Amino acid sequence: MSEIEKGQVMTANRLRDGEVVFLTRSGEWNEKIDEAVLALEPQATAALEARAKDDVKATLVTGPYLFDAERVGGKVRALHMRERIRTLGPTVRLDLGKQAEGTAGAFAFKEA
Amino acid sequence: MPLLKNNAFVPESWLHLGAEDPLPEGVNVTIPFSRLKNEWESLANFPGQLGTVLSNTNHAEDVAHFLPHLALVILPFPAFVDGRAYSIARQIRLLGYRGELRATGNILPDQFQYMAQVGFNSFEVSERFPLEIWQQASKQMSLAYQRGLYRRVGEAEVWSERHEETAPEPTPWEEQPHAG
Amino acid sequence: MYRYDEFDHQFVQERTAQFRDQANRRLSGALTEDEFRPLRLMNGLYLQLHAYMLRVAIPYGTLSSKQMRQLAYIADKWDRGYGHFTTRQNIQYNWIKLEDTADILAALAEVEMHAIQTSGNCIRNVTTDHWAGAAADEIADPRPVGELLRQWSSLHPEFSYLPRKFKIAVTGAPNDRAAVKVHDIGLRLHKNDAGAIGWEVMVGGGQGRTPMIAVTVRDFLPEKELVAYIEAIMRVYNLYGRRDNKYKARIKILVHEIGAEKFKAEVEAEYARRPEQTTHVEERELQRIADYFAPPAFEKLSRFSPTFEEAKLLHPGFARWARNNLAAHRVDGYTIVNISLKPEGGIPGDATSDQMRLMADLAERYSHDELRVSHPQNIILPHVKKDDALAIWQALVPAELATSNYGLAGDIIACPGMDYCSLATARSIPISQAISRKFADLDVQEKIGPVKINISGCINACGHHHVGHIGILGLDKKGEEFYQITLGGSSTESASIGSILGPGFAGHEVADAIEKILTTYVNLRQPGEEFLYAYRRLGPQPFKEALYAAA
Repeated sequence: MSEIEKGQVMTANRLRDGEVVFLTRSGEWNEKIDEAVLALEPQATAALEARAKDDVKATLVTGPYLFDAERVGGKVRALHMRERIRTLGPTVRLDLGKQAEGTAGAFAFKEA
Repeated sequence: MPLLKNNAFVPESWLHLGAEDPLPEGVNVTIPFSRLKNEWESLANFPGQLGTVLSNTNHAEDVAHFLPHLALVILPFPAFVDGRAYSIARQIRLLGYRGELRATGNILPDQFQYMAQVGFNSFEVSERFPLEIWQQASKQMSLAYQRGLYRRVGEAEVWSERHEETAPEPTPWEEQPHAG
Repeated sequence: MYRYDEFDHQFVQERTAQFRDQANRRLSGALTEDEFRPLRLMNGLYLQLHAYMLRVAIPYGTLSSKQMRQLAYIADKWDRGYGHFTTRQNIQYNWIKLEDTADILAALAEVEMHAIQTSGNCIRNVTTDHWAGAAADEIADPRPVGELLRQWSSLHPEFSYLPRKFKIAVTGAPNDRAAVKVHDIGLRLHKNDAGAIGWEVMVGGGQGRTPMIAVTVRDFLPEKELVAYIEAIMRVYNLYGRRDNKYKARIKILVHEIGAEKFKAEVEAEYARRPEQTTHVEERELQRIADYFAPPAFEKLSRFSPTFEEAKLLHPGFARWARNNLAAHRVDGYTIVNISLKPEGGIPGDATSDQMRLMADLAERYSHDELRVSHPQNIILPHVKKDDALAIWQALVPAELATSNYGLAGDIIACPGMDYCSLATARSIPISQAISRKFADLDVQEKIGPVKINISGCINACGHHHVGHIGILGLDKKGEEFYQITLGGSSTESASIGSILGPGFAGHEVADAIEKILTTYVNLRQPGEEFLYAYRRLGPQPFKEALYAAA
């Protein structure tokens, strides 16, 4: 059994194209949730919030917020369905979105 | 805060007084609308020009009585998405007010034309936006479908133009009597 | 169809340039997101779950083949090869980039289209009867008034920062297919005993959190006064509509809180205050517009088409489609073709670019170059010779556009739900897919008869669940999607708001629940009694028992 850690991930939409992005350990915004920092403590979430605020000002991203996620076997997954849809793509069009572009990460929606 | 008038930043020539401030002589002053109402009898002989500051919950019909005696009416936009003052401005113009109608508060260059079209002719604006942005914004759209709006040189009412039942040749908008 | 003149062209071109400048100022940081949001929304640009979404206006749901082809081109060039037709007769694209948007608006302007006021707290795209100009029951074509109001409401300086969004619907027929009673303003045409026409003006209908049926403020307003009178309504709303709580900001709440009589008095007072203004320009403009909507050159045909009757005998599949998807045209020998965008297991309202092009080709060849988008998210060819119906059906079948379920259980209205929408609390499309698979057998659907199943993925009710005969509302309960069922809603001339039947269901239980409701109806109905009327006669009890008693 791999260890499960629960925490929060900072997400936003990239301003110029709207792409869903996540804040990484190196402070960049990446399209893959697997690259995201999972903040486990308030200090870490505060750091993510500060970074996101700066990047909104710098017109890199818009609408940043934290969502609940877990790390299983080193891979990150959103806890709520809404955020899973954002990290993967529509559940009714598996041919579209990150799930179809190789940026979805380790988890996927099942074929209907 | 810069004051925008006739496409230029101009110096303020009014003194804005609160509810209790003593009235000086020989200057143009604005007072809050509640004070205007309460002290009207003593103000009728004020030896300078009078203006008032409305809120966007005042009713135009309550203001109507005072309009012939006013040279400046200020209407605030508490938030740029709060559009009540557009309607109040139109009502005040429809009541025949020809003086300066000033927009203050939270306003964007992208709203300038709408404000001019409903009858505003001066704008207290944020330092954030340079004059060129306001000048550009003031001529983004040269057409409007609605009738009875204030227009500026180069602007046209589509329906009136189409049917050749147009108001007189557009003159600078601050001079133009309300067409509606 | 309406065609732009030089003024209309110049107007959309200037508007596009204005948006290009606004988008550049946003990207450079000169505008904050809070400042840019209302500006982009008034050009139809949302930020949704996966990307920006662009909603393009299809005024009163009418478009030409050329326009439909341009919509397909946009889908291919800037989106993912498809679009979603909405309940307000618009189309939306789900994978748009902010940096492409001005180019898309320019491509729309080329074919006399735009995205002006498809969102934002302003007057939205005017909708109407999707059979306008074709329906057998119509008094007069409502689209000239739709076009007049489109122009008048475009960039209205006084009414672009309203308390909340504002939707106007217009119908020219006694059978209301435009849901006018659940709009902020609904206009319905009447003809009096002297043969004159006038407009009934209804105000304060709406769905969302607090569904309400509109009240009538004028029974018979002369057409030339429409613009002036609506301006009076708008001014009262703009001044007195609530701005302290966005859930109480629609005009229906104002009408409800001050009462219909007081509201009406305020509007009449405002109307009376207006200076005397001649309405000659409005009259002439209406006449100018109406000329564009003159009926196409119909051939003189017999009501009975032997070709059509013979085709039905030869092709049972065609006969079924003809039975369900064709509607009575006002001209002999013609029919209205309703193309279902609801294939079994499909996504309601979605069409691929190839499907759009095929429908455009068919319209050009067989329907006087005209298509309509319907409020129930289907596409209509309004003026088709019965003799040509078979050829159309044969072209539609391989494109998966010939599903014979128009107006039946499979013809479901659904919002995009949580698969796309950032406001949604639950998914809508998978529920719709499960129900349409459950009723895949068209014999079963035909046996059940006309029924409207409407699904919304949140309380904002874009899927019109309140006025579905069967309404389904997706909600979030402690992180899980669950669904409430309402019965007895209707959006027609006898509009009603559905009532919640009982406790909600998990997503995988909904299709079974709908089946139980429809089985109960089939068992209890009187001969020829449609679902809605059976429900109105029976009340909720038998349906409650079917769903909850056995458990």
